[in-house]
Amino acid sequence: MVGEKKTFQVVANIIMFLLLIICLFPFILLVTSSLTEESTLIRDGYALIPKKWSLGSYTYMLGQGDKIVRAYGITILVTFVGTVASMLLTILMAYPLSRKDLPFRNAFAFYVFFTMLFNGGLVPTYIMWTRYLGIKNTIWALIIPSLLLNAFYIIMMRTYFSMNIPDAVIEAARIDGAGEFRILFGIVLPMSLPMIATLGLLVGLGYWNDWKNGLYYITETELFSVQNMLNNMLQDVRFLASGGAGGNASEIAANMPSVGIKMAIAVVGALPVMVIYPFFQQYFVKGITIGAVKG
Amino acid sequence: MAKRNSLSKKPQYKRFIPLYLMLLPGVIYLFINNYIPMAGIIIAFKHVNFNKGIFASPWAGFSNFEYLFKTQEAWVITRNTLLYNVAFIVLGTILSIAVAIVLSEITSTFWKKTYQTIILLPYLISMVVVSYLVFAFLSTDSGFINHSILQPLGFSGISWYTESKYWPAILIIVYIWKTLGYNCIIYYATIVGIDGGYYEAAIIDGANRWQQVIHITLPSLKPTIITLTLLSIGKIFYSDFGLFYQVPMDSGPLYDATNTIDTYVYRGLIKLNDVGMSSAAGVYQSLVGFILVFIANKIITKFSAENALF
Repeated sequence: MVGEKKTFQVVANIIMFLLLIICLFPFILLVTSSLTEESTLIRDGYALIPKKWSLGSYTYMLGQGDKIVRAYGITILVTFVGTVASMLLTILMAYPLSRKDLPFRNAFAFYVFFTMLFNGGLVPTYIMWTRYLGIKNTIWALIIPSLLLNAFYIIMMRTYFSMNIPDAVIEAARIDGAGEFRILFGIVLPMSLPMIATLGLLVGLGYWNDWKNGLYYITETELFSVQNMLNNMLQDVRFLASGGAGGNASEIAANMPSVGIKMAIAVVGALPVMVIYPFFQQYFVKGITIGAVKG
Repeated sequence: MAKRNSLSKKPQYKRFIPLYLMLLPGVIYLFINNYIPMAGIIIAFKHVNFNKGIFASPWAGFSNFEYLFKTQEAWVITRNTLLYNVAFIVLGTILSIAVAIVLSEITSTFWKKTYQTIILLPYLISMVVVSYLVFAFLSTDSGFINHSILQPLGFSGISWYTESKYWPAILIIVYIWKTLGYNCIIYYATIVGIDGGYYEAAIIDGANRWQQVIHITLPSLKPTIITLTLLSIGKIFYSDFGLFYQVPMDSGPLYDATNTIDTYVYRGLIKLNDVGMSSAAGVYQSLVGFILVFIANKIITKFSAENALF
């Protein structure tokens, strides 16, 4: 019996360890590629253990400076402003919906909820933002469309408020003469910090990783976020990969950022998330488990 | 009596004004971002002329749809969207449950936490970065597979980005790699919630691990499996744009295996500027998608009402 248990543990750990390697391997390949000397990279391809290490890609990237720093700055700005604005809107919407005494509460809840069931799709959305609201090639294009308010997060927040904030607390505050805004920001929010942290991380991750808004609405390279820059460089690769370049391939190859630098920028784009994530792992896990099954 | 009631009700509404003010910004945002585009589906029924404006443009009836469904592509994108989703649902569910069960059996807290942290990592990076990772493997000239696996074994390299026959497998692998951790965490949370007493009783009755999994763990996971599967079926007409557009690098020779409704709509709108056709495809997706969500939810309500969306 004890023997069986031990073998079982060994097998389970081997399976999980293999999985762990499968999950990590592409990242390791990415990092080592970015640390490989350029000529080695061209000769041997992306290899797990490069024959010749080099920080060349990173020093070159720092030397290039401007473009990358700028993209980084835009990503940070968009993530910060977007997350703060989004959380504020989400909280402001979720709190009244959590109040059982609010007249027409269900109508408003349905108004929010219906956006999860039906949508107009890309074409009308794109035409509205670009033709009528003039958002193309402005920084707002990275912040406002689709990401600012997520019905699902409103519902998660509302459920948290109604499950965790006793009516009596709100009632007592009102009797003491506190207004609704005082009650929300002075009492309800401090009691909801775990949920706010969880949703804030999910929203922030969404902004950091977003490339769709940039792809749809931004064509000027000065407004590119890190993700859009990566995306743009991918298009050069794409041209070569699909054989579209024909005889000009080498010419284009000479002009585009070198093989290692692409990987270095991808590392830089993914790194902050990977570094921060382990510290907030429990919040992510909580957000996923609450969100997936019941909003 | 009635009069006094209405009098006492008036200040009642006044009391809620601050709450309605709180709702206002969100209501306005959703109106613009979500509801106006819903009304915009009329574009699919128009010959859009932006000089005249959308509403003044001449009606096209169903002609945009007729053109769409006469093309070979309409069939290809529907087939691809549906088949990939079916593969994702079936393989994704089986694998993530298997991994969740194995993970729950690990006794070492340190390793359990480590595994849990690492397998969620792919979920946290963007599809753009994922396409770089895939490129590092599949690049014809310098990719890991051609250079470090095929050539040392004596095979010649494969031009991955021009051969569509490999892509169903590649896309399924990439999808599973990226989402396994996410689904696994959900199932794992359910397994952790199972009453330990069941297992103790089973051990006393002499059940081995395998029997415990079959007779306790899997039945306990049933509501979660049904709910998640039905939610996925509700979204079966949608595809991850990044997975099908970025990862294959929008490579033309691969379209037969990588074109889905979402990529078709995007290419039609941005690349070809064919508003009629792409909006028709978009409406096709929105309407069928809506019907499917509705049906899926009806069924969820039957199985486990507390997990229903509405």
